[in-house]
Amino acid sequence: MRLDPRITQTLAKALLWTLTGFTLLILIFIIVDISIKGLPHVTAAFLFQEPHDMGRAGGIFSTIVSTAYITLLAILLASPLGVGTAIYLTEYTREGWATRIIRFGAECLAGVPSIILGLFGFVLFVMKLGLGWSVLSGGLTLAIMVLPIIIRTSEEAIKAVPQDYRTACYSLGMSQWQTITRIVLPAALPGITTGIMLSVGRSLGETAVLLFTAGAAPRTPATLFDSGRTMAVHFYILAREGISMPNAYATAAILMISILLINLAAYTLMQRLMKRYS
Amino acid sequence: MGLVGGLIFLAALGGCQPGKTGAQHSLVVAGSTSVQPFAEKLAEIYMQQHPQMRIDVQGGGSSAGIYAVSNGACDLGASSRELVPAEKHLLEIPIAYDGIAVIVHPSNPLTNLRLEDLRALFTGKITDWRSLGLPPHSIHLITREEGSGTREAFESMVMAQQEITPAALVQDSNGSVREIVAGDPHSLGYISAGLVDHRVKAVAIDGITPSRDNIKTHAYKLVRRFLLVARMTPGGPAKEFVDFVLSAPGQSLLEAEGLVGMVE
Amino acid sequence: MGRGKFVERVLFFLALSSIGSLALITFFIFLEGLPLILHTGLKDFVASSHWAPTKGHFGILAMIVSSILVTLGAMVLGVPLGLAGAITLAEFSPERLKRILKPTLELLAGIPSVVYGFLGVIWLVPLIRIYLGGPGLSLLAGSLILGIMILPTVISISIDALTAVPQLYREGSIALGATRWQTVRRVVLPAASSGIITAIILGMGRAVGETMAVIMVAGNALKLPTSVLAPVRTLTSNIALELGYAAGRHREALFATGIVLFVIIMILNLSATLITRRR
Repeated sequence: MRLDPRITQTLAKALLWTLTGFTLLILIFIIVDISIKGLPHVTAAFLFQEPHDMGRAGGIFSTIVSTAYITLLAILLASPLGVGTAIYLTEYTREGWATRIIRFGAECLAGVPSIILGLFGFVLFVMKLGLGWSVLSGGLTLAIMVLPIIIRTSEEAIKAVPQDYRTACYSLGMSQWQTITRIVLPAALPGITTGIMLSVGRSLGETAVLLFTAGAAPRTPATLFDSGRTMAVHFYILAREGISMPNAYATAAILMISILLINLAAYTLMQRLMKRYS
Repeated sequence: MGLVGGLIFLAALGGCQPGKTGAQHSLVVAGSTSVQPFAEKLAEIYMQQHPQMRIDVQGGGSSAGIYAVSNGACDLGASSRELVPAEKHLLEIPIAYDGIAVIVHPSNPLTNLRLEDLRALFTGKITDWRSLGLPPHSIHLITREEGSGTREAFESMVMAQQEITPAALVQDSNGSVREIVAGDPHSLGYISAGLVDHRVKAVAIDGITPSRDNIKTHAYKLVRRFLLVARMTPGGPAKEFVDFVLSAPGQSLLEAEGLVGMVE
Repeated sequence: MGRGKFVERVLFFLALSSIGSLALITFFIFLEGLPLILHTGLKDFVASSHWAPTKGHFGILAMIVSSILVTLGAMVLGVPLGLAGAITLAEFSPERLKRILKPTLELLAGIPSVVYGFLGVIWLVPLIRIYLGGPGLSLLAGSLILGIMILPTVISISIDALTAVPQLYREGSIALGATRWQTVRRVVLPAASSGIITAIILGMGRAVGETMAVIMVAGNALKLPTSVLAPVRTLTSNIALELGYAAGRHREALFATGIVLFVIIMILNLSATLITRRR
């Protein structure tokens, strides 16, 4: 006996929605659990005091500063490389062996696990170049990690700028470079910003790379060559060693909520850009 | 923490360059992650009394710390194991005794283990609590990662050249071993006695508990020394810090943190 | 004209950064790890399970097997759940709802892996220990956490693949009297299959390469697992656990572990790229 196709459809839809609902529940559970246990411990003092007694007491100020330094450095390094790559791929070449190799490189780089990046950053920056376990080593390695994100989103954003814009510029006698810098890039800026924001989100949550390259000194780094413990690393140490569960949850809550807000903002920005040109 | 600690040593190499912190005196202590929390506490108090001093305490492991001292990358090394003959040219300054406590969940009725049984546990010959006269249940054994100073000390004092069973869970810090034992009624692990708290229970070995007195008199078998290591008799800021550690206030600070002082 | 050429050169140089980084990464991982493999012999390295690096034994077979098992376990949870999410969103949800649900589900990708690992330890591990047995830290715990972690990868790439199927296919099928579900199953899914396979392969890559969450929930024991409740050590956790203290041959052995991991990941990435290109 065969089931009526409509009954099958109803069953299939019910199953699909149940599974999707389950996925949503997992997400909601994570956000709610961390927020409920973490947010009550987030106070101004927690945000603006240095950690004491290995993080058992005090706040997380130095880890916020370290996170900001390392992330900023990674973005400053990766943005020109990523946007440059995207401009080259979209405006300067036809599809060919060169673009294929460049795209392949970006795709593969996106797939390299953070532990491998960590090993690499450790051997090249920390050891061979003698930068030590530092903000600089961490920032350099993270820049490589976020490069593919910036390339991909910038490329999409530049491609989304209508061809008419360019044609109009050329007909006004503008050079290709003028067209790109004055018209195409400004038009693609929201998309490029999206990529940068996603990269910030990715950097904030990263742990494995930074344990190997930036270290875990809980003090505010004074120079680029000082070790810096980011919030994610701090959370990992607090939670794993059972140093202080309230402080671990509070750190996780701040970290998670910042990342989620950044990602949501990035998504909204991209949607707006895509709508404008579609 | 092994992972965390290991590489701090490299930062220490960078951090040791003199004059980097301007007019301040700075001192770098690197090495054992077991000593690190105690050294940090000492440094925190010492810096409160001497605001012009900046002491950086880095992890990295005993061997890394000793290595850093011997090639001048660091002022003081911290070691949770004895120096091997090749390292004997360095000056060792014992600062405290630490017991390695064998810990179980507080609800576990086990109070005593014979050293042979402990060895049999970690070689994988005993796998069930029944063999120890307790209600039958498989034992969840936890050890430290290869290369850890605590593991090295445990192996040399307990294992008699035999290998730890590959079936054991492996964690990379005292803290995470303690977390697991605190949560799992059937587990057994070993950590620095100074870090035993109310959430876990330390058992006696051959009838002797890892109490302060038993560690001090070495009646308890699993005792190691915590050392500070220097290239030569320390002078300047290093000497002042070492003097502080060995002074009555320094030693009582270590005692308050659960270690056993060397000096009365 | 001269300026245009100059700009093009500079941009080309910038564009080499990604492939250049990839080359550097490959070079340095091999530089550090290869001596150990040559010293031990590839066969003894990957075909032995005896890992006691401070005593001269460098076999990583158990970790290779564990990495594969944890990844397969993650697939069992992550693929059906991810595909269901993608199909629901792409085929069965109104446009407005889709616009809200898609970015919401993608938020899963933003949650740091240490948070996944932490929640695994707090919630999942005790449940497994109490209701199923064993220490809780296990192959199963690792698989479940990784299964959740690969969801965003599987969902978003599958949605793209489904959306790329021309609307005409669906209209044709519906015009022939098929229901929406029959259309999805017989027409849309087969048409999107290469994209979906890419999504699954990239999800696998994500699972094989994940470190922090696995180190926290999988137990890290060296033994070949005999059940899903046994603790396991993956290639990634082996590196992260021991690098801190490792020196000499031991450290080389960890980089060599990295080589094996890197090769597995590259094979997965290459097959994903090839499948996408064939389409």
